[in-house]
Amino acid sequence: MVKLLLFGYGNPGRGDDALGPELIGRIAQLHLADVECQNDMQLQVEHVTDLAACKRVLFIDADISCAEPFDFSEIGAVKDDSYTSHAMSPTALLHAYSQVYGKDAPPAFLLRIRGYDFELGDPLTGKASANLERATEKVRDWLADIQVVRE
Amino acid sequence: MEQNITSSPNLRRVAIDPISRVEGHGKITLLLDDENHIHEARFHIVEFRGFEKFIQGRPYWEVPFLVQRLCGICPVSHQLAAAKAVDQLVGVERLTPTAEKLRRLLHFGQTLQSHALHFFHLSSPDLLFGFGSNPAQRNIVGVLDKYPELALKGVKLRKYGQQVIAAIAGKRIHGTATVPGGMNKILTIAERDALLVDIKDILAWSQDALALNEQIHTANPEHRDFATIRSNFLSMVGSGGELEIYHGGLRARSASGATIFDQFDYRGYQQIIREEVRPWSYMKFPFLIELGKEQGWYRVGPLARVNNCDFISTPLAEAARKRFKEFGQGGFVHDTLAYHWARMIEALHCAEAIYMLLHDDEITGTDLVADLGEKRREGIGVIEAPRGTLFHHYQIDEEGLITKANLIVSTTGNNQAMNESVRSVANAYLDGREITEGLLNHLEVAVRAYDPCLSCATHALGKMPLQVELLDADGMLVDRLTKGGNGVIERTV
Repeated sequence: MVKLLLFGYGNPGRGDDALGPELIGRIAQLHLADVECQNDMQLQVEHVTDLAACKRVLFIDADISCAEPFDFSEIGAVKDDSYTSHAMSPTALLHAYSQVYGKDAPPAFLLRIRGYDFELGDPLTGKASANLERATEKVRDWLADIQVVRE
Repeated sequence: MEQNITSSPNLRRVAIDPISRVEGHGKITLLLDDENHIHEARFHIVEFRGFEKFIQGRPYWEVPFLVQRLCGICPVSHQLAAAKAVDQLVGVERLTPTAEKLRRLLHFGQTLQSHALHFFHLSSPDLLFGFGSNPAQRNIVGVLDKYPELALKGVKLRKYGQQVIAAIAGKRIHGTATVPGGMNKILTIAERDALLVDIKDILAWSQDALALNEQIHTANPEHRDFATIRSNFLSMVGSGGELEIYHGGLRARSASGATIFDQFDYRGYQQIIREEVRPWSYMKFPFLIELGKEQGWYRVGPLARVNNCDFISTPLAEAARKRFKEFGQGGFVHDTLAYHWARMIEALHCAEAIYMLLHDDEITGTDLVADLGEKRREGIGVIEAPRGTLFHHYQIDEEGLITKANLIVSTTGNNQAMNESVRSVANAYLDGREITEGLLNHLEVAVRAYDPCLSCATHALGKMPLQVELLDADGMLVDRLTKGGNGVIERTV
């Protein structure tokens, strides 16, 4: 079982929606021991099966409304009605995990990186790129705090 | 444009923005007359733009990978349609047997997981709990609570489809499965054997899902009429008239079943289909040229495919198709909610086809790329994506850069039909000058039957409010409901 799952989601072809996958790409290059880096376009209920294989998870997403440059928080399972698309919120996913597996989901954290523009084909905006740098530093510091080491 | 709508002294506007539980942002505008009857329904898709511009100027060989970013739900469909067009650009008429089978396997995996997502996660809450039930329960969490075994099957079906994709493409998303004239990697025997482990469960669960849909639709007479419209149907069929989702000819039939055209080579699609632009929508309105703009609109997707085909090549799905036809008393089933039933017939077909391909020795072959032929300046790829017929049309210059692209995505094919179904539901459920949650729910149920993919994959947190507005004939706000991303509904007048 991997110690930590880093799960970024967003569409890399839609401007600042790429923030999550971009950060995942950077962390993957560090080749950290016991860390699995995953990304997907959207968060969906089947991703409970990814959570089942880890002891801790960090979700990383773009957010159009959070504080700049990012917001980092621990999150818990919430039974909400956020099923407003072909996508789920991370808190709802944690709730689904407990329903599927009959036990609490692993400890989970959410890094929301502030984005601004989500048009098809656009690159990251300058402000989002700057936020990504700060968010990457935050993840590195956090990984050091929880004593994740290079392979 | 909406100013023009309200400029008529006899019309009132109801705006619903966006439709929840469909991809991205949509908005419905209902035009009312003074007697509160629906004059017209307009289903707006506000983010559906920029596809062609996104692709222009890029090298043709990049296109199958670029277009995966168009959609978070069916990236494989776009990749395969583009790959078929690129095959033509490099002069390849026929793939190697292994390459074609791998592409088919990839497509079956994609369609299975997409259909599973739709049924278990999006439509089953409506069907199991009822359209007017408590919204707090009417979602996948509610299904997990009340029907945990069913919901878990849905999770696993979807996961399996993604495992098929990952095995062929090399990774879960944005894999490099296709190359011009073939495929990029073999399916190893170990990968095939891993997929074989669960395939019998997948077959069984697909049958369960189909049985549930069939039972729900046939046992509820009100489902027959809900949002139901009579339409033409367009789909691809195989050379023998069989259900075919990867490669075949185009068939269009009228509402009464008369053949409009059959086995039409899709590379000539511009001879039979034209796209109308309407100023109030980014999404075009395709129609069959032979029937004209008013009569030529059609439906695509599972309902069209199962109605249109003469048979299905796999036995369990074929038996299900026969029951479907019996339900329609030999004619077309026009019930909009029968999309769900047809979708599960196809899901079962996909499971059966995956089973057969995994037992085909050629699937693990190593001859992946056909000999390239004379390069061409134009390529047109068409497949049946989960939501319907998908067209990718490219032209390139001497250097191989895309100079022109035209995409008719599946949701576009159902554009007019969705408007018609929305109008049907609004006529039945709008009462007076108040937007009720019940009306909203029923409109959503109608739209969801088509499973439209609206914005194609942007979903950043905080971007999913749902707003319902009622304006009077003078454009003044009468009522407004706002549904936040957390599902909380507020009246904000």
